[in-house]
Amino acid sequence: MFGLLLGDFSSAFGAIKLIFWDPLFDENFASYARPQLLVKAGPIILIAIGLSIGFKAGIWNIGAEGQYILGAIFGASVALSLYPQESILIFPAMILAGALGGFIWALIPALLKVYFKTNEILVSLMLVYVAENILASVSQGLLRNPEGMGLPGSRNLKDYPSAHNSEILVNSGMHWGVLTAFLAVILAYFLFLKHQKGYEIRIAGEAPKAAYFAGINPSKTIIFCMGMSGLLAGMAGLFEVAGPSGQITMSFNSGYGFTAIIVAFLGRLNPLGILLAGLLMALTYIGGEIAQLMLGLPGASIQLLQGMLLFFLLATDIFTNYRFKSKGS
Amino acid sequence: MVIFGIDLVLLISALMISATPVLLAAIGEAVVEKSGVLNLGVEGMMITGAVIGFIFAVNTQIPIYGFVCAAIAGALLSVLFAVLTQYIMSNQVATGLGLTMVGLGLSALIGKPYEGIKSPTVSKIEIPILSDIPILGPMIFSHDAVVYFSVILVATVAFVISKTRIGLVLRAVGENQEAAHALGYKVVRIRFLAIMFGGATAGIGGAYISLARVPQWTEGMTAGAGWIALALVVFASWKPWRVLLGAYLFGGITVLQLNLQAIGVAIPVEILSMSPYLVTIVVLVGISLFGHHTAPGSLARPFHASQ
Repeated sequence: MFGLLLGDFSSAFGAIKLIFWDPLFDENFASYARPQLLVKAGPIILIAIGLSIGFKAGIWNIGAEGQYILGAIFGASVALSLYPQESILIFPAMILAGALGGFIWALIPALLKVYFKTNEILVSLMLVYVAENILASVSQGLLRNPEGMGLPGSRNLKDYPSAHNSEILVNSGMHWGVLTAFLAVILAYFLFLKHQKGYEIRIAGEAPKAAYFAGINPSKTIIFCMGMSGLLAGMAGLFEVAGPSGQITMSFNSGYGFTAIIVAFLGRLNPLGILLAGLLMALTYIGGEIAQLMLGLPGASIQLLQGMLLFFLLATDIFTNYRFKSKGS
Repeated sequence: MVIFGIDLVLLISALMISATPVLLAAIGEAVVEKSGVLNLGVEGMMITGAVIGFIFAVNTQIPIYGFVCAAIAGALLSVLFAVLTQYIMSNQVATGLGLTMVGLGLSALIGKPYEGIKSPTVSKIEIPILSDIPILGPMIFSHDAVVYFSVILVATVAFVISKTRIGLVLRAVGENQEAAHALGYKVVRIRFLAIMFGGATAGIGGAYISLARVPQWTEGMTAGAGWIALALVVFASWKPWRVLLGAYLFGGITVLQLNLQAIGVAIPVEILSMSPYLVTIVVLVGISLFGHHTAPGSLARPFHASQ
């Protein structure tokens, strides 16, 4: 990155190789990085699929990060209240609770938009800051590990077999959340391609007036889109807190809710595109970690790289909005 | 003037300082939205202004250079947004979000070596005579130049928008882009300039956080101020003086909750810290209930002369 700024081509090439190539193909990193690819891509894809449903309808849920946090808190609360009982039903109950948490949090901006016409961008975003404060509160209070010697943070769910979101295949990074993300991609694909609801959503986004006159209820569309995106974000939060993160802490959320917005656009709001964009974005995270380690780049440079990626993609709109013409014609 | 252990003079004077960054960013964004463009990148431009302003102020030890450079940096970053949305016609929401990401990343990257340094002090200007008035003097008339600048800027924007030809053209472009184009106004050029103005004021607002309010540089230090500025524009129904009112209300809540935390009121810290955001939501609902919807007609609609 620095190289790119200074115009030093070879070091820029080295940095790009370190970020995009080495995590997958360099034997020093691959054994760690390859499973991480799925671990990181899973939640991002899951959230982005949910967001893309709303974005297609012109409903801008920017607060997925908050829904993700609330999902994690709801899901973890179920597990922590049942500890140390063991049952096969606990994990499914956690998933439901997580989905519910995200759903409720997303329903607030949705209902406010339906009944009061408030701007969902601002409300959902304000709720992220509220959620972060709730997270800080519960990790020091309600959900704190009673055996944690007063340190903030909940019990580690990795030590609680019934609640642990374990890998399905050892060392693949493939946990239940990743599987759910793949399922969500397939379901979203059919929603938009085959299902009437998907068609209605697209109409509502592209021609709101036509949708209205065709009897598509805008309020229902808003609630469906916001609800779905919140539901998926909440589930992503639960899978993260029960798996890779393991515990509710003040900073367990890694900004996936915001990255997912980029991914949704990078993937052109297309489920398959989002799948690929999510994997690419996960790669920049891992490559970024390696670059931090090897080149001493600050963590935020990855955010810059991700933002630039989005800009380059948005700039390609020039090819859809304009046509090249030779002089004669 | 001490009520419940809170000094009212200090509270109001702190309120004005706390509100200034958001006020500056919001008044710029109000102009941008008046021209029919929704720039969600305010947070990114603010944080870039914060870091650039800090770097130049620390290196020159002259705060005013910091503010000028912050304005330039904010405007330059907004050019990126302007080119993408006005010429390439990309989606304004996505581009604005991208701008925020880029701003947060860029600022953290270039600000790394400056963490933990103290900035030069922005000196206060005691307005002669007025600052000698008891209570009101120390409350309102002994601030630094940027606080006064922000209020003058609001007055100027209010005047220009409602009373001058430039303001009329700006509003025409924002209300009905096709009609403005038919009248021969350069829609894209006017919007481009409005976006740059918004970038510059957001930059100054950011620099005020890192140079006066905190005064230090830490990564991500704007902490959502840019988003609150966006909410304020809606709160103000796109009217400049109401932006001022909203910013001071919001600043008041922020300062009050800090004061309540300091004197140890029996309300959990988290509830106090989330109160500004909750109040913003309540206010947004209130505005929708009782206010008029006066959003510029062409807000966030792309424009090309051929369509």
